[in-house]
Amino acid sequence: MIRFEDVTITYAEQPVLANISVEISEGELCLVVGRTGSGKSTFLRAINGLVPHFSGGTLAGRVLVDGRDTAEFPPRELADVVGFVGQDPVAGFVADNVEDELAYSMESLGLPGDVMRKRVEETLDLLGLAPVRDRPLATLSGGQQQRVAIGAALTAHPRVLVLDEPTSALDPGAAEDVLAAVQRLVHDLGMTVVIAEHRLERVAQYADRALLLPEGRIGEVGEILAAAPVAPPVVRLAQVAGWSPVPVSVRDARRHATSLRERLPEPTTRKAARAEPVLEARDIQVKYGDVRAVQGVSLDIGAGERIALMGRNGSGKSSLLWAVQGSGKRTSGTVSVGGTDPKVLKPADRRRTVALVPQQPSDLLYLETVAEECAQADAETGQPAGTCRTLLEGLASVPQDAHPRDLSEGQRLALVLAVMLTGAPGVLLLDEPTRGLDYPAKEKLAGLLKSLDSAVVLATHDVEFVAEYATRVIVMAEGEVVADGPAREVVTSSPVFAPQVSKILGPWLTVADVEAAL
Amino acid sequence: MRLHSGAWWLWALGLATAASRTTNPLLLGLILAVAGVVVATCRANTPWAGTYGVFLKFGLLVIALRVLLHALLGGVAGPTTLFTLPQVPLPDWAQGIRIGGPVTAEGLVFALYQGLLLATILSCVGAANALANPKRLLRSLPAALYEVSVAVVVALTVAPQLVASARSVRKARQLRGDTARGARAIRTMLVPVLEDALERSLVLAASMDSRGYGRTAGISKKDRVLTGTLVLAGLFGFCIGTYGLLADAFSGWPLLAVGGVLAIAGLRVGARRVPRTRYRPDRWTAKAAGVALSGIAGAVVLVFSTDPALSPSTVPLQAPELPVLPALAVLVALLPVAIVREA
Repeated sequence: MIRFEDVTITYAEQPVLANISVEISEGELCLVVGRTGSGKSTFLRAINGLVPHFSGGTLAGRVLVDGRDTAEFPPRELADVVGFVGQDPVAGFVADNVEDELAYSMESLGLPGDVMRKRVEETLDLLGLAPVRDRPLATLSGGQQQRVAIGAALTAHPRVLVLDEPTSALDPGAAEDVLAAVQRLVHDLGMTVVIAEHRLERVAQYADRALLLPEGRIGEVGEILAAAPVAPPVVRLAQVAGWSPVPVSVRDARRHATSLRERLPEPTTRKAARAEPVLEARDIQVKYGDVRAVQGVSLDIGAGERIALMGRNGSGKSSLLWAVQGSGKRTSGTVSVGGTDPKVLKPADRRRTVALVPQQPSDLLYLETVAEECAQADAETGQPAGTCRTLLEGLASVPQDAHPRDLSEGQRLALVLAVMLTGAPGVLLLDEPTRGLDYPAKEKLAGLLKSLDSAVVLATHDVEFVAEYATRVIVMAEGEVVADGPAREVVTSSPVFAPQVSKILGPWLTVADVEAAL
Repeated sequence: MRLHSGAWWLWALGLATAASRTTNPLLLGLILAVAGVVVATCRANTPWAGTYGVFLKFGLLVIALRVLLHALLGGVAGPTTLFTLPQVPLPDWAQGIRIGGPVTAEGLVFALYQGLLLATILSCVGAANALANPKRLLRSLPAALYEVSVAVVVALTVAPQLVASARSVRKARQLRGDTARGARAIRTMLVPVLEDALERSLVLAASMDSRGYGRTAGISKKDRVLTGTLVLAGLFGFCIGTYGLLADAFSGWPLLAVGGVLAIAGLRVGARRVPRTRYRPDRWTAKAAGVALSGIAGAVVLVFSTDPALSPSTVPLQAPELPVLPALAVLVALLPVAIVREA
């Protein structure tokens, strides 16, 4: 169905993909894996001709999709064969309500009205979108928006569906909905699906084969993941325990796990002494019009604690972080850091008390080079010149003369962290920092946060990251705290928030712990 | 069944035209009330339905500004001086302009009528906006103008996105403790906002491209050139026609006819060669026609009416009277309440 014949893609004389020869057959769900910057997005965009027709660059070799050469067919002429869903579905929406969005590609293809109507109804049912068919797209939840984006690609009845990180921005529940929908397409319609995703623990089990970039190796999912620099915990665990063949789903792994469970001792539980609170929040409420985003949350953050804030999209995590930091809206309640409320401080003093890294870290950056940003951070916080630079060098290797927009997600996050840490805040808040980070980058981030002196609160959907990093987990729903306790207890008590290792081995959370115990 | 959005816009433009023909506050008040009642009963539960209130507030602002400007700058004078503002002395060459000076009751009432007229027209536009999504109206344009209408729709979504993006950047800037003002602040805001806008538009363009926008499959190059020429000729015809209409001379009519024929021919032939269809298009139904006609009725009566009560005298001041026939014609515009209720 898709054939890459010795494809090399070059931007500005830098090869992004080199000598890729791959064939993906009909009805297959193929997972594209690789580190950040390994050319996953480029590979996906080459399938429908966006590379090089839209992006520029040169493509040597041939890409054939359903027998059509992408050199001769630009993306719009391939719209009836390939459905493409990009990383940010909201930015790609053309219409403003669900039905019109679903019909858009069919209108472009010039299908007759009755066919369009029939397919829209089918797609609404297939993806479970019928209850929201008239709703404006902006009012949908993240999972619904992602399903609309997939549906909009599906209505043209393409033979290939290409998804770039379809679940990265979603909470675990919404991600499962989306992946279940994708699986139905493969099973019921025999569609060929190509997915790139950082959160492999979510998708690996559904894939038939995996493609490793930049090497261009394709094969059994377990084999490829075991050889890849990025792999979900279940694969890493299999490697530690020496299981063969390498299982990719929790269910397969459990069958191997009996003997391992017997070899493992009881995990040592260190009861951490409750630390002196550095931040006390009482009865925080945040209202936007009629919407109560946060309803009476009280919270003590102890020195050196690493807290993970979890919960569905829209459960009030971001609102709580912003309200606690003092720059966001707080309808009522009090926050005290060493006796002062950060809200009454000037912004410059506030960031030296409680610092917040927002969901879009790039909003914080506006200068042309990394060096300028660092110098600006020193000036803003009144620290001696070079403080930020030294911090940054401790976090990651980032070229000083690069433009912040040209950095990788991981490098940019490191820069923003360095900028915010320059003020030496007592409490550091992070909103969804792991989006767009691969496993090695996340490991590095977890290690880095563990080494900080500040207390850290981090809102995230990433259960594997929470298992690595957190000492305490708070779960929010509908603006209220529904669970709060040591990470191990909270995380293992709920199947939605349990990391893969705990699903396989019960009380254990991370591969590193298991490896140390063996 | 949703009414054709064009019907609501014709209805509202009819009312606005009627409003533009009169300064009688009773009649203007009646038009405001009619528009308000129809909006309150007929609007659907959509995000843009809430914009009606914004238009009303804007109308109030226009009235206040109009009265304030008249008090300051003068214009219509009369015998009843209410109070005198201190007058700014101006040099000789600025004769005929004054700032401050006596404020008369006649002048204020005149300004009030004028302001009310503008506010009423604004409220009619607001009503149309609340009753029918303007983007849907663009979707009903002739198929040959499809590319143009998509460009307009995309442009319309840029403004709210820029506002949202500026807001999030401003919030982020606070997090950094950067409270710079003036030129530096503009620079620190502008760079991320513009970068964001540019990135978004690239993503949108890529998405539209991969979904078949501008697809020309199955059309030969000769046909494409012919289509382009005809659409251009059609647009040119529109321009000539509008010019003819505005020039309002006998020479305008032949131009209008030629332009109209060119436009219709160009758009029709052009449309046949655009390989696009439309999903659930709005259809003209008897009800839609009823709604449109009920609004236009008022406009027709007021345009041809010579009732002196339409522009009540302000010098000397007189209590305005309600002109009966125009008032009845405006009331016809309430018909949509019955039509939509039934549907």
